[in-house]
Amino acid sequence: MTPQPAATPPELKAQARELNFHYGAFHALKNISLPVYNEKITALIGPSGCGKSTFLRCFNRMHDLYPGNRYGGEIRLFPDDVNLLSQEVDPIEVRMRVSMVFQKPNPFPKSIFENAAYGLRVRGMNKKAELEEKVETALVNAALWNEVKDRLSEPAFNLSGGQQQRLCIARALAIEPELVLFDEPTSALDPIATASIEELMLELKEKVSILIVTHNMQQAARVSDYTAFLYLGEVIEYDDTKRIFTNPEKKQTEDYITGRFG
Amino acid sequence: MEHEHTIKQYGIELKEIREQLLEMGGKVELMISDAMKSLVERDTALAEATIAYDHQINRMEVEIDDKCLQVLARRQPAARDLRFITLALKIVTDLERIGDQCRNICKHTLHLNKEPALKPYIDLPRMAVAAATMVREALDAFVRADADLALKVCSDDTFVDQLNSQIQRELLTYMMADPSTTTRAIRVNAVAKCLERVADHATNVAEMVIFMVKGKDIRHTA
Repeated sequence: MTPQPAATPPELKAQARELNFHYGAFHALKNISLPVYNEKITALIGPSGCGKSTFLRCFNRMHDLYPGNRYGGEIRLFPDDVNLLSQEVDPIEVRMRVSMVFQKPNPFPKSIFENAAYGLRVRGMNKKAELEEKVETALVNAALWNEVKDRLSEPAFNLSGGQQQRLCIARALAIEPELVLFDEPTSALDPIATASIEELMLELKEKVSILIVTHNMQQAARVSDYTAFLYLGEVIEYDDTKRIFTNPEKKQTEDYITGRFG
Repeated sequence: MEHEHTIKQYGIELKEIREQLLEMGGKVELMISDAMKSLVERDTALAEATIAYDHQINRMEVEIDDKCLQVLARRQPAARDLRFITLALKIVTDLERIGDQCRNICKHTLHLNKEPALKPYIDLPRMAVAAATMVREALDAFVRADADLALKVCSDDTFVDQLNSQIQRELLTYMMADPSTTTRAIRVNAVAKCLERVADHATNVAEMVIFMVKGKDIRHTA
């Protein structure tokens, strides 16, 4: 029998190392070390208050917006191996490389076009032709182009909830980020819109890395390559999604995903 | 400690499936011993009753399958529960096949009982007891999630296989000594083969129990 070639491990996009986070006196994340692989989807699951959104928000320094928050440890972003949490690194720069999609669609009170172009304008891009090209690419990548190409100047609020969320994804993609953070991106959507967002994530992972927080365990099982189960600010278990959902190692993980928690 | 499901009805559904599988296991065990009894004691009425009894096994297969599908569709089981449900779907097939094998034994018995006894049956009842024990222990292992007991069942299969070979050799000597016994000898051989298959189904169940408990597939590794 010919020996199987050793599977090459996936490339790292980011790596949390002994990450700690405090909201004032509250120790929300405890020594979290977790890889995020390139062009893969990593899902974070766990009960409310376990720290998964807090963890996600560390990746684009969202917590910097409020005083009294403290980071410890680091999050390295590759290929340049820079610590995202370092005080020398500008959070705006971080957000150009790591963008975010939120739970509820939150388009700006502007036209569809201007929503998708927003990040590019912040970056200082003003040339109309260039903007149009980037906006079109982002809308195509967000699987929204065909539905909005004839009404780009209409207000974004004219769109349905699912379309608004895809517009937000287009806005997040327009700046050509390396890592996209999804914070329960479908919890406010109906099943069909949810399915289209999930399908979209699977297409997107060919170009970007994705980190997603979801309360919907079946969603994590459907879309992710890797899954981390968090509880009380700690990573209880991290593994291939396939393994987590068929044969997890830790009893706490099993209790949670089989609905025996509490 | 085993936590209960937050949704209690879900826990009840899994418990019902487990109990029905056990009930089905008890019924096929009874079929194995009745089939053997009908042969050894030349009890044609019991053979006919056992053949008829197989309908109950078939009905239970359909019922358990249906319950498993309902749980898959409505509860999206994961991890241990997922392994349990997929296992239940397979165990039920093995149990139903054991029922079929018992029915086959009884059909041979109906023919054999019309003719003079070929020989006193010594090894066949031993084989039947061993196979029925394997079925019971495989299901016990399933209920108690006992991988060690399941492993024992897998190794006991060798004993049944050896008895089967021994019976074949013995029947061959009968047929060579007196070719007029050939028809009966072939039937008796077929009964032994049925019991050998029963033990194989019990082994399948035991292998699946090991998978359920350890999450490790040991099939086709021997």
